[in-house]
Amino acid sequence: MKRRKFDVAAVPGNTARAVDDRFQVATPLRRLLNKVFPDHWSFLLGEIALFSFIVLLLTGVFLTFFFEPAMTEVIYNGSYAPLRGTPMSAAYASTLDISFDVRGGLIMRQMHHWAALLFMAAIVVHMLRVFFTGAFRKPRETNWIIGSLLFWVGFLAGFTGYSLPDDGLSGTGLRIASAIMLSIPVIGSWVTAAVFNGEFPGTIIISRFFIAHVLLIPGLLVALITVHLGLVFKQKHTQWPGPGRTNGNVVGERMFPRYAIKQGGFFMVVFGVIALMGGLFQINPVWLFGPYEAWVVSAASQPDWYVMFLDGSTRLMPDWEITIPIGEGYVIPPLFWPTVVLPGILVAISLLYPFMEARHLKDYRSHNLLQRPRDVPFRTGLGVMALTFYVILTLSGANDVIADKFQISLNAMTWAGRIGLLLLPPLAYYVTYRICLGLQQHDREVLAHGVETGIIRRLPDGRFVEVHQPLGAGDGHGELDYAGWVVPKKMNRLGALGPAIRGFFYPIERPAEAPVSPGHPPVEPRPEREEITSGENRP
Amino acid sequence: MSSQTGQSNLPSQRVDVNDPRLSRFDIVREGARRDDIEIVHYEPQVAPGTKAERRLVRTVAGFFLLTGLAATAFLAIYIWWPWEYEPGRGGDKLYTPLLGVTLGVALLGIGFGILTWGKKLLPKEVSIQDRHEGAPPAEDQRITGETMAYMADELGVKRRPLLGVSLLAGLLPVGAVAAAPLVGGLISDPHKDDQMLTTGFAPRDGQKIRLVREDGRPIRPADISAGGQITVFPGVEHGVSNRYADSPTLLIHLREDDAVESRRANERAGHGGYMWGNYAAYSKVCTHAGCPASLYEQQTNRLLCPCHQSQFLITDNAKPIFGPASRRLPQLPIEVDAEGYFVATSDYTEAVGPDFWERP
Repeated sequence: MKRRKFDVAAVPGNTARAVDDRFQVATPLRRLLNKVFPDHWSFLLGEIALFSFIVLLLTGVFLTFFFEPAMTEVIYNGSYAPLRGTPMSAAYASTLDISFDVRGGLIMRQMHHWAALLFMAAIVVHMLRVFFTGAFRKPRETNWIIGSLLFWVGFLAGFTGYSLPDDGLSGTGLRIASAIMLSIPVIGSWVTAAVFNGEFPGTIIISRFFIAHVLLIPGLLVALITVHLGLVFKQKHTQWPGPGRTNGNVVGERMFPRYAIKQGGFFMVVFGVIALMGGLFQINPVWLFGPYEAWVVSAASQPDWYVMFLDGSTRLMPDWEITIPIGEGYVIPPLFWPTVVLPGILVAISLLYPFMEARHLKDYRSHNLLQRPRDVPFRTGLGVMALTFYVILTLSGANDVIADKFQISLNAMTWAGRIGLLLLPPLAYYVTYRICLGLQQHDREVLAHGVETGIIRRLPDGRFVEVHQPLGAGDGHGELDYAGWVVPKKMNRLGALGPAIRGFFYPIERPAEAPVSPGHPPVEPRPEREEITSGENRP
Repeated sequence: MSSQTGQSNLPSQRVDVNDPRLSRFDIVREGARRDDIEIVHYEPQVAPGTKAERRLVRTVAGFFLLTGLAATAFLAIYIWWPWEYEPGRGGDKLYTPLLGVTLGVALLGIGFGILTWGKKLLPKEVSIQDRHEGAPPAEDQRITGETMAYMADELGVKRRPLLGVSLLAGLLPVGAVAAAPLVGGLISDPHKDDQMLTTGFAPRDGQKIRLVREDGRPIRPADISAGGQITVFPGVEHGVSNRYADSPTLLIHLREDDAVESRRANERAGHGGYMWGNYAAYSKVCTHAGCPASLYEQQTNRLLCPCHQSQFLITDNAKPIFGPASRRLPQLPIEVDAEGYFVATSDYTEAVGPDFWERP
């Protein structure tokens, strides 16, 4: 080989070749670059959770540099004047320091808290998307289970983190948590004593929660999230039905560059929104609550939103105490049912649901196409029923605030919650079921008779009829089958009208874009085998 | 489709990627085909050199420059804005919002810039990839299964049962060893020193414990007007702290007729003589979940816990009358000592705080 001058432009290529010679990465890398992802706005909800988690890790690491997880009593002497001279735990004092004496500490704290709230919210909304579209069906049951676990592990992460500042509000939450553990039959007092190392509050709970919050739980979250994403990758994402889309293919964009760029941009947007919230919206102003003192509480003490449903269930629970007359007599406190048994049931149902549904429908095939919620009325009904149950509990978690703001009797709110919890979910099921059937029927009707044009024609005998634009063949008899995807119901959607003026509330209605458009193929179709093998390509 | 993919790995059907006539896109498409991906639609969104392209490029560049601007502003504010807390309306109150706005705008600028770049400037494409899903060939399943079964054969546990049993007998204790320090270290007897049933009001060395205020001063009957109430603590060292989280107590001076009613109810509950005059003391720790039941409604003599809205009727020996609590608030027997200060006659006579399984 001839000796050449050093060529800068050839460096990347040579380096890449050198790397591949040693590690053989070209083929797997090509597979990765080319992997196809289907696209739909609803597929981005899980990403919000992932991105919030990354922000949580970043801001959380910052906070650990300044937080002191100790319950040692100190006298506060920082810059926040109203609390100066107050005895408090070192944990609370260092939280005040992060808020007032660390430059930029407050925005980090607030971003961390907002990111946590967003993380849980995105998980819940993502879970609803997966449920209502049937994305949890075989072969994705495992990922559904991991997702459900992620909610509960996230719940624990949130609760342990919320307790760390040891302020008036979180201490009360911790006390309730100790009462919940105490309510477990037989082992309750032993569990509580093990967690708190004796009686509540003890002196060690904050440091135990700290290590759980910064190491054990995040480790578990990272592991679960990794498996979750790995399975999405391995099993390939589900897709909506549409032209050219089958159970055996994925129609979308290749991962690089466009899909990855959109993901990256979306991450920055989520990050930016969290930064805005962390800067502009105050959250958990612990300095207003004061240090935790067992005898101080204020009205309207609510936990973070994702814990409120448990608070609500606790408030609605009647005072049913079970006494067991053996020996000296034992009790099961009413607190046990709404805070230990109910979450247990919820976990079990959510973990088992994919299997229960498959058994119920005797459907053990693999499904890669999503279903529109209207097409599976019973599942949609069950989902809305569960959602109603959850919303009533969450609202009941704030029933004292609602009673106060709307001048309603507090006891009436409690009773409304109790009755509503039993009556509204079945009602929601029935109403949802009917709505689904109605929507189905309308889709079928449009497919059979066409789109309403708004043109009224008078017949020779004097009757007026509206002209319908058939969607099928032009002879007026082409009845289309329902394909599991949006049926155009307005002439605008068929591109029949001229361009509309952009409205204030509604964007311009464009004809629904076919995912695979046979109309204009800028790329020539895959050549036949014979053409390739004929050797034409060789000179 | 599957028949095509099955053959596509044959080299004879591949495009020769070294062919100089191939464009770079041709090679990309060939690479995709080798992964069973067909790019069926690929269309530039903007023609090169058009007005539309220039406008989009300006938009994206604008976003990136906005980011630079906002990030610089963030740094300037971070360094020079007065940030240290001062009482009243200082400029420091704007520090965090300003950081949030500049950081948020900077990040959103990158985000929207990248998104516009990706969504508007890059060609639109539709690709179709085979899933290759479904059960792997039964043959593969069988081979792997047999391989694993053969491994068991090689180990011969079935023929040599002693090995299996002894291994189990050896390993089980090892597992327990791994768990023992954690479990053993965490276990703490909840009934040590009868801690669940005693509070700071338990008499020490025969000495009755005084009721004190939050600042540690003892209380005379005249300190509370009729209808009033005050939170009291055991007059011991650290009595006013979380070390005695079970001890905070509400001392109530009942009005005359309420006191009569109260005394009657107390006697029915076996708590006759727990009151001193028209004064009664009830635990402030809710029997439901342990929150301080601290909202006292003077007119109705109800005590409300703000956590779960349990309501206790003080004139009926603090019986729960609404909400999830199922147990009365324990009553502290009180009297006045020789110096005229309130003392606890004895400790609480029942368990204070949330209920538990073995509560006597």
